[in-house]
Amino acid sequence: MRVVVAGAGTIGSLFAAHLARVADVAVLTRRDSHARALNEDGLHVSGRSDFTATVRASADPAELGGADLVLVACKGGDLEPLAARLAGHFAGATVMTTQNGLGAEAIVAAHGDWPLLSAVTFMSGTRHDDTHVEYVLDTATWIGPYRGTTRAEAEEVAELIRSAGLKAEAFDDLRPAQWSKLIFNATVNSVSALTGLPHDFHFAEGMLGDLVHALVDEGKAVAAAAGVALGEDPWEMNVHATQRGHAHYPSMLEDVSAHRPTEIELITGSLVREAAEHGVPVPLHTALYRLVKAKEASYS
Amino acid sequence: MRVCIVGCGAVGSLFAANLARLDDVEVWAYDLSREHVDAINAHGLRLSGAGEVVGRLRATVDAGEIPPCEFGIVATKAMHTSAAIVATAHAFAEGCVATVQNGLGNEEAIAEHVERVIRGTTFPAGKILEPGHVQWDVKGDTTLGPFEPQPAPMAEIERLADACTRGGMPTKAVSDARGPQWRKVIFNASTNPIGALTGLTHGRVCERPDLRQLVSGLVDEGKAVAAAQGIELDADPEELIDHAAKPEVAYGHKASMLQDVEARRTTEIDYLNGGIVRFGREHEVPTPLNQAIWALVKGVEDSWTK
Repeated sequence: MRVVVAGAGTIGSLFAAHLARVADVAVLTRRDSHARALNEDGLHVSGRSDFTATVRASADPAELGGADLVLVACKGGDLEPLAARLAGHFAGATVMTTQNGLGAEAIVAAHGDWPLLSAVTFMSGTRHDDTHVEYVLDTATWIGPYRGTTRAEAEEVAELIRSAGLKAEAFDDLRPAQWSKLIFNATVNSVSALTGLPHDFHFAEGMLGDLVHALVDEGKAVAAAAGVALGEDPWEMNVHATQRGHAHYPSMLEDVSAHRPTEIELITGSLVREAAEHGVPVPLHTALYRLVKAKEASYS
Repeated sequence: MRVCIVGCGAVGSLFAANLARLDDVEVWAYDLSREHVDAINAHGLRLSGAGEVVGRLRATVDAGEIPPCEFGIVATKAMHTSAAIVATAHAFAEGCVATVQNGLGNEEAIAEHVERVIRGTTFPAGKILEPGHVQWDVKGDTTLGPFEPQPAPMAEIERLADACTRGGMPTKAVSDARGPQWRKVIFNASTNPIGALTGLTHGRVCERPDLRQLVSGLVDEGKAVAAAQGIELDADPEELIDHAAKPEVAYGHKASMLQDVEARRTTEIDYLNGGIVRFGREHEVPTPLNQAIWALVKGVEDSWTK
């Protein structure tokens, strides 16, 4: 099995290192220096796993050879240019998106006729440097068919990921899971980014819990109007996540703390646009969307 | 006439120093900062900026020293009202107490310990430069009126307003002081937390059309709560907001709540958006945006104790 992991941030690095234990893995990086470091030093994983994987890497897709599976693992804001770099390569491979929010599949689909799988991932980690990633939350990746693929193929990829030591599950239709995660992320990430609070007990009780609940309800109304029956209940996902015993720092909080652009456009932005399309009022998500955009503007 | 300023921070100092210029007014100031109090007693209370004043007055950190006063002017931050009035109430057993603080609920807190209460709103602003020395940033009007459930007599309110005006702090006595108060509260509640949550100055908040719309959403809720109580705003808070956004007014001004958040000080959010939400509930007016903003800023405060 030949796997290309496109994008070597936190999630991409976690996939690449683990999959390298059971498959031939090549990594498509943005920078030449990053590719050189991976070729020379391998990719070290700490935290829940502890090993160093050997991977091939290049910033040029033509140098990576063929692939059976391309796993696209960049942040949403970087997806369009990355998908453009994939165009014309990896004929015959199945391509799988893993981005937060909605619409990643359509962006990739516009750059090639590969069969597509759609995925959302709940695992998380911290990228320490180009060749060291820490595996923090060992939560699952959910996979479903999108274009020219079936549940069986989603199951095959899920099995591959599980054999590499990560968690994965296949679904007939990913949208219920994807929307559950969208509503969860749109709510938790923006509240965390604005308050500076990690995802802890504050999100499930008191005034902030009331706000989180109201945001989830807005999201549910949008899902209903879009004809999506949700998978997990986003409020229960929220409560459950706050009871894990240690506080998780959502990536959007890390982004605003480091004055980096956030994924607000892809996450809350998609929800607000879907709401507009279906005529569902979402005043609270709209307010949070504007506040996070404005916070990004305050960096300069 | 004897007046005690309760809380001699920036705004309290403006009243204290200006009133102390009058021959017929004896001014006391109660404050918890010993350095500020000692400097005032040693060298007088100095204002510079919009006006140059040195007021001679008696300052103390010990509320027990304060003699019976005809008037109190409470100027603490809103979260300190109760503690300050509990400590000083003995001095006002025969007097009237006015608030010139930000936010909603101060009159109610004062009225728990004092018979005759004056509702007030003030627009002048400044900051403490060093102990005993306050920068007077902006001049502005003050409005005083009876606190309806436990009112001070109108003649007394007029007497205090007259003294403030003669001292250089233009003050009107009116029969219903709720209009200016709600205009200021709505202005503050609709702009300060937006600055605090985003890090943007007042002008930059207002020049982002989508954010300016959010500000208007908050203003509309505040207006609805005011209207439900029969309060007529003396001017549209929207005008105040746009006026302040002008480059020559307060474009680059960081809202005090943003300054609080940057310094990790507890904010006045409970008395601004929190006050609008509480009065909204009482009068069955929904205030979902103010409630969301209140919860977010409380979340910011909670994040400091992690």
